[in-house]
Amino acid sequence: MLPGFPDAAPLAGLLGGVLIGLAAALMLLGAGRIAGVSGIAARAFGISGDGMPRSGAWAFVVGLPLGALLVAWTTGGIEASFAGYLPLVAAGLLVGIGTRIGSGCTSGHGVCGVSRLSQRSIVATATFMAAGIATVAIMNALGLEVLS
Amino acid sequence: MTRSWLVALLSGSLFGAGLALGGMVDPARVRGFLDIFGDWDPTLAFVMGGAVIVMAIAWRIQARMAQPLIGTTFALPDRTDLTPRLIGGAALFGTGWGIAGLCPGPGFAALVIEPAKAAVFVMAMLAGMLIFRLMDPSHKALQE
Repeated sequence: MLPGFPDAAPLAGLLGGVLIGLAAALMLLGAGRIAGVSGIAARAFGISGDGMPRSGAWAFVVGLPLGALLVAWTTGGIEASFAGYLPLVAAGLLVGIGTRIGSGCTSGHGVCGVSRLSQRSIVATATFMAAGIATVAIMNALGLEVLS
Repeated sequence: MTRSWLVALLSGSLFGAGLALGGMVDPARVRGFLDIFGDWDPTLAFVMGGAVIVMAIAWRIQARMAQPLIGTTFALPDRTDLTPRLIGGAALFGTGWGIAGLCPGPGFAALVIEPAKAAVFVMAMLAGMLIFRLMDPSHKALQE
């Protein structure tokens, strides 16, 4: 599909991205809010007092696996390989703490903020991308295979 | 506000479908995207690109609206200051993202793909959020 990258799925990626954009647009124009998953999750689970009504936060969080399930059903299953439990716990802790300190994740900063040309979000996105790239590079250099 | 949860459910479902379709619920694909010095997989650039283009249009529309379709006001971030917290937090998040190839949205979406492992990630993430809340003196009390 993409010359030089036999494993890439550019069309599915673009289509998925458009759906994510529509989801965030619906949240913005429909409910007047940012579709930032880390903030909404913190709100749903009572960790943050800010943001949308808790019923809405819950509905959004429940929708995430629901939408993935619909795609899994219609496409005949989704291939995915996950890290082991220990790296998952370490990663989860870092993601949880980091997104709260940094006020957002890939959706709030990366999609909603970057498209708004928010300086804060552009800096945050550049930072977490660089950190992710460095982490994978270092783990590869050390020969740490986490995915099974 | 009674219908706002319906908007949220629809938005969350569309979001989850997009994550699944775009390959973001597969940590191998996410880590492949971050592996720019190795066997790089550019797929997620297309995901980000598609999402950002649609949202850029949505922001243009938002600028012409006095209020959202449901509810009376837009509740949007208005901060512009670059702080050590913003950068430090993003660096911690990016490190976690790189370790397991999961960020918050795909963590929840993956609950139907690989339930046990996604649940462990999500619980650790919520624990991390709680740890931050307990350590952060500036947090606002939960308003119910």
